[in-house]
Amino acid sequence: MFPALANPARFMAFSRWAAPLLGVIAIGLLAIGLALDFRAPPDYQQGYAVHIMFIHVPAAWMSLVVYACLGGASFISLVFRHPLAQAAARAAAPLGAGVTLLALVTGSLWGKTTWGAWWVWGDPRLTSVLVLFLFYLGYLALDASLDDEARAAPATSILALVGLVNLPIVHFSVTWWRSLHQASSVFRADGPSMPAIYLAPLLTMALAYMAGFGALWLVRIRAEVWRRRAQVRAVRAAG
Amino acid sequence: MNPFIAILRRELAVSWAGGGGPLVAIGFFIALTSLAPLALGGDPVRLAEAAPGIAWLVLALASLISLERMFERDFEDGALDLIALGPAPLELAAFVKAIAQWATTQAPLALVAPLLMVALGAPWRLAPVALAAALAGGFGFAFLGGVGAALSLGSRRGGVLIALLVLPLFTPPVIFGAGAIEAFAAHLDWRTPLLLLAAYALAAAALCPFAMAAAARNALS
Amino acid sequence: MIRSVSLEGLTLMRGDRVLVDGFDLSVAAGEAVVLTGPNGAGKTSLLRAVAGLIRPVAGRIAIASDAGGPIEDAIASDAHLVGHQDGLKSARLAWDEVLFQVLWSGGSAGSAKTACEQLGLSGILALTVRKLSAGQRRRLALVRLVASPRSLWLLDEPLAPLDRAQRAGFGALMQAHLARGGLILAAAHDPLPVESRAVELAA
Repeated sequence: MFPALANPARFMAFSRWAAPLLGVIAIGLLAIGLALDFRAPPDYQQGYAVHIMFIHVPAAWMSLVVYACLGGASFISLVFRHPLAQAAARAAAPLGAGVTLLALVTGSLWGKTTWGAWWVWGDPRLTSVLVLFLFYLGYLALDASLDDEARAAPATSILALVGLVNLPIVHFSVTWWRSLHQASSVFRADGPSMPAIYLAPLLTMALAYMAGFGALWLVRIRAEVWRRRAQVRAVRAAG
Repeated sequence: MNPFIAILRRELAVSWAGGGGPLVAIGFFIALTSLAPLALGGDPVRLAEAAPGIAWLVLALASLISLERMFERDFEDGALDLIALGPAPLELAAFVKAIAQWATTQAPLALVAPLLMVALGAPWRLAPVALAAALAGGFGFAFLGGVGAALSLGSRRGGVLIALLVLPLFTPPVIFGAGAIEAFAAHLDWRTPLLLLAAYALAAAALCPFAMAAAARNALS
Repeated sequence: MIRSVSLEGLTLMRGDRVLVDGFDLSVAAGEAVVLTGPNGAGKTSLLRAVAGLIRPVAGRIAIASDAGGPIEDAIASDAHLVGHQDGLKSARLAWDEVLFQVLWSGGSAGSAKTACEQLGLSGILALTVRKLSAGQRRRLALVRLVASPRSLWLLDEPLAPLDRAQRAGFGALMQAHLARGGLILAAAHDPLPVESRAVELAA
């Protein structure tokens, strides 16, 4: 009778073994990735700063991947009204915000060591990631400020989809803006480039991030399922 | 009388009369622009260079004024129920609300923007481009702002929340709009950004009503 | 023309709280049904669910209409919902507001004028809504029921601020509506000024 999360049993059974497995894989890949990273020679141009790239580039990729997951879950939640999808969307948002912040901070560190500046507006990728971070913040703020959970679900889903549609436009506009200002820009703002020799550690790190996100996401969704179950039980007990 | 005309007239009347109408937004615009030279040091060359950017930034901020009331007015007093059960879909009502918002806030701001830009030291020849860009960009601001306003119905935070939701979405129109004026000033290609801005504004006008209506229906449920 | 409305096993929730559970009801043409019960029992939500604003968790709402087609269209074109708020903007003139409400629900300026006369509102149309009394505002909100004829009236505490004479007057209009084959589903604490069937909603 109560709309507890539909088919949670199968999800809970799946995530029970999948989450720890992904966690182990993530830690393993992270170890391998860092080992490959330290073995890689310093780039002749960027010096030791290249090591920051192994943290930064996968983080930037993940910020987009997680937003795509957020958008996908939101779409399913909106169209099919599946509560598990909504739980998945809410669970992904803080993880996405965190990895985006990591990307911004490491990107800023890279800028400092390479160009001597903490932030370069000329890099379209960094600016796009900053706007993406603001999209995440907006989602979290809306979720926090709508008290009625039943109403919060469609609202945050709509916001996530609006953000998803706008993201490529924002990136395009920032790239265009940078082309306008290139002439006056002091920095050769090509953004972090990745020679092929670093591909192996980079991909390893990227896979590590994805496995890590998978593990954390499943754990957070499980927590959300438990929370709703506890809530339903409390309401039932209250009569 | 056509229902579209009926609701358009009502929205225009309510927006225009409510809370001082365009004067509040214009006053805010002037006040912020007056602070700019004080904040930037008053060097006329620097100010003149920054004038289009400052004007656009302030235009975006001033557009946030009265966004909160766009749906909330009707939501609070039950009129939104009536509108939702009318002859036209809620998407049309949302479209009309955004048009009325543009007409009573963004369009007057767009008329004032070139004047303030010149007041900051920009040359007069930039005025036509600035006006065109502000009119088109204002469309984007009004429709995107409407999405933010509809999503925040029933929330505790209101205006600040709408600003957080909507300002990152303003990135493309701000870039294209200010970019068009600066390109014009530097004798570069200004038509491309202006066309991109117009395209963005039209896309926003076409798509945002769906998001606004979905959010409004959600709030009514 | 809507011929009948029937609710079968309707369950409504607000968040995690069950408002209405497995509710059955049917209203036929020419019938008036009053929902009674304490505040918070779900009367308003039930009306809004029939109006299509709230999606039920379980059960169904069946509407038999001459026009056929989906329920949403039948409701949007042939039902009035008068909530316990008036939907009138205080800064506008009474006539402007009531004209919009009538036009939006399918009436005309002429029918609005006539309806205002029938409800005894001609004198206050030139005033700002802010200056009106609660009873006058409520009667303004009821104008569209008379000016834009629709089969189903969903009324939420329709007559609360009206005095006895005004209630009797509106009762006559309700009677005429029922005589034409209309349906009334209302939520009220006090009995309606027409013959009606009362249904209790437990808390």
